[in-house]
Amino acid sequence: MAKRRRDTDLLFKSLADPGRRKLLDLLHAHDGRTLSELCEHLDMTRQGVTQHLDLLEAANLVATVRRGREKLHFLNPVPLQEIYERWIAKFEKPRLKALDDLKRRLEKTNGEIDLCLRDLHPHHAGEAVVSADH
Amino acid sequence: MTYIRTTPEKLWSALTTDAEFMKQYWFGVHCQSHWTAGSSWKMVHDDGQISDAGEIVEAEPPRRLVIRWQHQSKPELKAEGESLCTMELEPSGPAVKLSITHTIERDPSKLIAAVSDGWPKIISNLKSLLETGSVVSTNAYPASNQP
Repeated sequence: MAKRRRDTDLLFKSLADPGRRKLLDLLHAHDGRTLSELCEHLDMTRQGVTQHLDLLEAANLVATVRRGREKLHFLNPVPLQEIYERWIAKFEKPRLKALDDLKRRLEKTNGEIDLCLRDLHPHHAGEAVVSADH
Repeated sequence: MTYIRTTPEKLWSALTTDAEFMKQYWFGVHCQSHWTAGSSWKMVHDDGQISDAGEIVEAEPPRRLVIRWQHQSKPELKAEGESLCTMELEPSGPAVKLSITHTIERDPSKLIAAVSDGWPKIISNLKSLLETGSVVSTNAYPASNQP
């Protein structure tokens, strides 16, 4: 059990940094990249990126494969799935999702207000529509 | 890729021959094959439908399994042709490191996008079932996640 707790601590620690989250996003957009390719997209020293990747690999969020002299980095989504099941799914309710959708759409543009209200109340679409000009 | 506190033999059996066990963590699906190189392989659902089929390219129990894998039921995925799924089991202290690599000779690929969504759920369930005796999720697509 102690081992498992350390794994979880390492996982959350590795997610608690914007640079490392950016790296995960970059790998999600395109997997199998080399260190140099990843560095091109980050405002960080090569050494800094290496250290972040080492931590992500230790947390099992990144898997590496050697191809000749190159080392390719792949996103390993399994620990994220475990976080989802342990920390999100059990607290989740459809209403929370509706609220989250509302927040995101409202923050995007005012012009989409009537659209999101219609989505929230599919059975009362006619009543819920408000003008986007307000 | 994940680390599962079990033995390579138990994990191999969970991934291959033990169909009833497989259904428990694979959302009702099981795979049929003789699990030897050159034998055919197919993925069978609850209702008997075969969603994916192919053949075993390499089988080295309890270390390495390579499956030539083609989707069958959705035309746009079937049209993408054959993919290769490699499962590697490597002892690591009291656990086994399981790496599943699924590749296809095209980019982007809808098949790879689909299995990238499925594999983490399956592996997560498998890990939980082997370590604790119960699965974490019995529905691959919970209603609350649907738009």
